[in-house]
Parts: sequence; structure tokens; C-alpha cells
Amino acid sequence: MDLYEHQARELFEEHGIVVPRAEVTDSPKEAREIARRLGGRVVVKAQVKTGGRGRAGGVKLAADPAAAELTARQILGMDIRGHTVSKVMLAQPVDIESEFYVSYVLDRAAGGFLAIASAEGGTEIEEVAATRPQAVARVRIDPAVGVTSATAQEIAGAAGLPPQTADVLVRLWQVLVREDALLVEVNPLVRTREGRILALDGKVTLDDNARFRQARWGDDAAERHDPLEAAAAAKGLNYVKLDGEVGIIGNGAGLVMSTLDVVAGCGARPANFLDIGGGASAQVMADGLSVILSDPAVRSVLVNVFGGITACDAVADGIVRALEAVRLTRPLVVRLDGNNAARGRAILDGRAHPLVEQATTMDGAARRAAELAHTA
Amino acid sequence: MAIYLTKESKVLVQGMTGGEGMRHTRRMLAAGTDVVGGVNPRKAGRTVDFGERALPVFGTVAEGMAATGADVTVVFVPPAFAKAAVLEAADAGIGLAVVITEGIPVHDAVAFTSYARDRGTRIIGPNCPGVITPGQSDAGIIPADITKPGRIGLVSKSGTLTYQLMYELRDIGFSTCVGIGGDPVVGTSHIDCLGAFQEDPDTELVVLIGEIGGDAEERAAAHIREHVTKPVVGYIAGFTAPEGRTMGHAGAIVSGSAGTARAKQEALEAAGVRVGSTPTETARLVLELLDARRPEGS
Repeated sequence: MDLYEHQARELFEEHGIVVPRAEVTDSPKEAREIARRLGGRVVVKAQVKTGGRGRAGGVKLAADPAAAELTARQILGMDIRGHTVSKVMLAQPVDIESEFYVSYVLDRAAGGFLAIASAEGGTEIEEVAATRPQAVARVRIDPAVGVTSATAQEIAGAAGLPPQTADVLVRLWQVLVREDALLVEVNPLVRTREGRILALDGKVTLDDNARFRQARWGDDAAERHDPLEAAAAAKGLNYVKLDGEVGIIGNGAGLVMSTLDVVAGCGARPANFLDIGGGASAQVMADGLSVILSDPAVRSVLVNVFGGITACDAVADGIVRALEAVRLTRPLVVRLDGNNAARGRAILDGRAHPLVEQATTMDGAARRAAELAHTA
Repeated sequence: MAIYLTKESKVLVQGMTGGEGMRHTRRMLAAGTDVVGGVNPRKAGRTVDFGERALPVFGTVAEGMAATGADVTVVFVPPAFAKAAVLEAADAGIGLAVVITEGIPVHDAVAFTSYARDRGTRIIGPNCPGVITPGQSDAGIIPADITKPGRIGLVSKSGTLTYQLMYELRDIGFSTCVGIGGDPVVGTSHIDCLGAFQEDPDTELVVLIGEIGGDAEERAAAHIREHVTKPVVGYIAGFTAPEGRTMGHAGAIVSGSAGTARAKQEALEAAGVRVGSTPTETARLVLELLDARRPEGS
């Protein structure tokens, strides 16, 4: 889960990284008050979990409290790459002398974390890396040791950052470890004309797997703007809405992604990704079907299950019970293979629902679901 | 021969006395795995009856190894305790730890994979279905009865896609199938498995299954070009996945062009790997390649 800038700022501050004074609000009137408290002149920044916010007009300087209110009013409610701005952060402007980039990111290939640092901050680091790779330092962090002040000095030295940034690098590593983050990034990290080092903007991505020991930020599922995704998340379903007409349910992320691809290969577009996981219960099947059928774009539904651990007769029972709970209004193609497939197929045959048909192969099932989506 | 797991492997199960542990220990025994005991510090000294075999529960992996000569452990311990369990197994010096547990924090996976690597313990997983050498041994949750022993090696990030391909190619059979897991940090990579299959005289051809996210398949492609002389057939899932969205596996995140299914397919094809557009077509490519290698009339 990504954090908002103001949440990242809060974490940085707690770990002793100097940040500009700032406050968050969803009200233009309050923005005026905040600007007054911060000394009048402020930067108004849209709080959205996406990049490119500056270019979209989501970051503006306001000269006084009245201008801050006006600017907050303009930015609140703005749409930035599909994200609606519901909060703005007002921050004290900083007299910048130079801008740097520092981050810790997961390096999958090495199975550990990598420090990335550059004396050319303030812009997109990908651009710097692409045009002047020598300006970007990469230092692998030994998981057994972490970032000590010696490591931090090595990183700062490799990137040509001033030595005072080493302290920030150590603290930023503590943010990463203590908060179970997969990414912490400060861009820009600035030196002011008075020689102070401040984190002006930051990004933190937390590990969803660590939520059991990092309850503080909760789940951002409720923030999903797609109502179907919000409904699915409320039922604990692993569902992603897509722009198509064939609803898809399967078990296992790999098989479901593959099912999406096979349906697309048959000339239809998948309406969603839904992984019911291993050992799915009748309830999960019913919940899944009800979410998919509440999508008006869906014209046919494909259930593709390979019973490994999951027994196909249990899946078939689930479908039958789902048919009692949910009124099926569009055709349903079911492909069951693997563990107890014959019994599963017999259960569906026994139910003999007029809108349910079975296919014996994954490719055949996808073809049929695509066909039905076009004719139904 | 096969890789990583044979009928000689003696297997401990960490978390055997839990619900999942019990269920899958029973399945592993039924598949012919030589399960020699469980590990649970709170239930040490007890015995669990599995019908044909009663298994002792040890307090530590080290005790279990000393008493039974175990060289493999399968970990079903819940996420919050998995790191401690794997570190303990590595400290005991076990050769292979198969970590089935899903939902382990990435920082924990980073810690235990690097710790185990330094101590010579191979980790498979986490968040994986495990490893099976059909007809010999099954360490994890891969169903044993959907395929038979044969000469295809398989390495995959995805569990159910592994089963799908095992089933499609059940008439040919497999030397070993390794589910390496879909998490961002795993102990054994596609490249590790490709290297092992290349050396394994029982493996004639390798099936490599990948999915969007990361660049493991691209790196595997570079490895194949340099080091693998056996034929490799690939399959990649996730062509229709939108950018920047998580599709279940934490590892399956696409950002920008790197890590897309298309980029992976192109990298593999450039290394001479034939890539199927569906699991079924992938199986067909395997059959074609094997047929082409048979002398005429045989």
C-alpha cells in the first residue's frame, strides 16, 4: 500500500528526519487558517497516490492566506490521473540551494534492498538514470548489517551528496525497517541556503503482508474509487475491475491471469480479475458471482478451476449454492479439471440450470464464453 | 536423479500439528514422501498417528535431524512465526527448506533467504506450492496424482498453472516440478532451477512458466542463451493485466514497460525458447519438440 505524502512526511518526522512545517486539510476555509499559522506564504499540494501531480497543476505556491484558500479550492476535487483530490497539504516554502534524490528500493534479483542516490534531485529519477546513468549511485545493502553510518557515508560519497545527508540516510533506513516498507523515497532532499537538510517530498510503499504487525495505517481498500472493487474488497475478494464483457473467476493468480489472456486471445475482453484462491468455499463462489453479475458490462461469465488442492466437487457445490443465492441473468461457462473433476461435472449436470454450460478444456471454455458475450 | 528431491529425501514438517500441516502431511505420505517427523516446540515428545505411519514431533529442527537424518524441511508455520522457523532450520544446517507459507512480510523473506544462503541451506518459496519428483517424493502441496514420472522438468512462479501444465502433459510425465513462489523475494530462482535441470540426466526438456512483474524471466532468458543446451518451452501469464495493478501475487506488479508479459516473451524467444500463447499450446509445443527429438520409427 502506498502512503500519502503527508503520511510519509509524518513518518519521516517521527524518525528524526527534518521536514518543512505542514498541515493537511479537506477544507479551503481551514486552508486559509493553516496558511496564517504557517506564516502566510505556503505551497499547496494535492494529496494523491500517483505521480505527475505537479504537471497536472496539483502543486501551487500561494502568496498569502487568501490565496491559499483560493488555491485549495481549485485543487480540492481535481482529478489527477483518475485520482480525485480529497485533501491538500499546506507546507512552508523552503529556500532551496540544491536538490538531491535518495531512496531504498527492493532489488528482487538480489533478494535485498538497494540504496539509490543522486545529486541531481527534484526531477524524475528514471529520466536521470536513462540520460546520465553515472549521476545515479546504486549501493547494495547487506541484510545482515543494514545501513550503518559507515554505509550511509559510502552512499553519500558514491552519489556526491554532502556528508550531512548521511544522517538522513541512516534514519530513512530505520523508516524502511521499522515500518515494513518496500520503498522509501525522498525527492527532493534539499539543502537550504542556511545549510539545513530537509525532506521536501516523500513516497513510502508499505508491505501489505506485514499488516498484521503494522496496523497503524489500516487498509486503503475503502479508498478504491471503483464501486465494484470496493464491494469486492469488503467481502475479502481478490478482484480487479477491467474494461471488458467476460466476467472471470478462477483459482490461483497465475491461472486467472492466464484465463484473462486466453479470453483476450478469443477476441473478447475480460471484465475483471477474480482469484478465489485454494479451497474456495461456496460462500466465496457466491460472493464472487454476485460481484461479477452486478457489473452491467458483463455479458457472460467464465469459471475456470483446476482442482489441485481444491476439490472440483466442492467448487461445483459452491456454484450450485451460489445459484440459489444469486439470480443468474447471464450465461455461465464452467470448466472443471483435476481433483474430483468428474464428480464436480456430475453435480452441475444434475442441477441442469439453463444458463450454465460446461466445457472440457480451458481453451474451449474461453472460446465459448467469448462467443456468448458476443451473442447474448 | 531428478533435482532437489528424490525418494531418498527424508522430510520434516515444521508446523505439522496445525490444520494445514496435518492435511498436507497426510497427502505427502500418500504420495510416497518419506516424512520422518514434525517440528513444534510446544508439542515436542508427542507422536501423531497417520495410519500407516506414526510420526514423532521434535522440539527443534536440529533434534529432528539428529534423530532421523532428515535433509529436507517443509514449512507450514504461520507468517508471524515463519522467519524464526526458517532461521532455525538454517542454523540446524538442513539442506533444503521448502516454505509453503503465504503472506510472509518481505523484510522477513529478505532476512531468511540471505541468512540461509550464507549457511548453505537452499530455500524454495516462500508462498509456493513446493517441489515434487513424481513417483518418488512430494514436499509441499502439489497434487501428486495428476501426472506421472517422466523426462520434463518444470519451474514456475504460479501454483495452479503448474498443475495445469502437469495435467496437460500427464502422458509424458515429469522429472521434477518446482514451484518457486510468486513473492518478490524467493530463495530459489528460475535460473537456479534451469541450472539444476541442465545438469540432471533425467531431464530432457524444461518448461518455464512465468508471469508479469520483476525481471526474473528476462534474466532466465539471458541464462538460457549462455548456459542451457536442453530445449526450453516457456509460458507467460499476464498479457491482459493493466499496468500498475496487483493481480494477487505480490510479485505480479507491472510498472512501465519492464516486467510486462510481452517483454518477457520477447526476451525468451530471443534466447531460442518457444513460448506458448496458452497453457494448452505450451503443452503442444513440448510434444512437438519431444517428437522431433525421437529417431524416426521409434
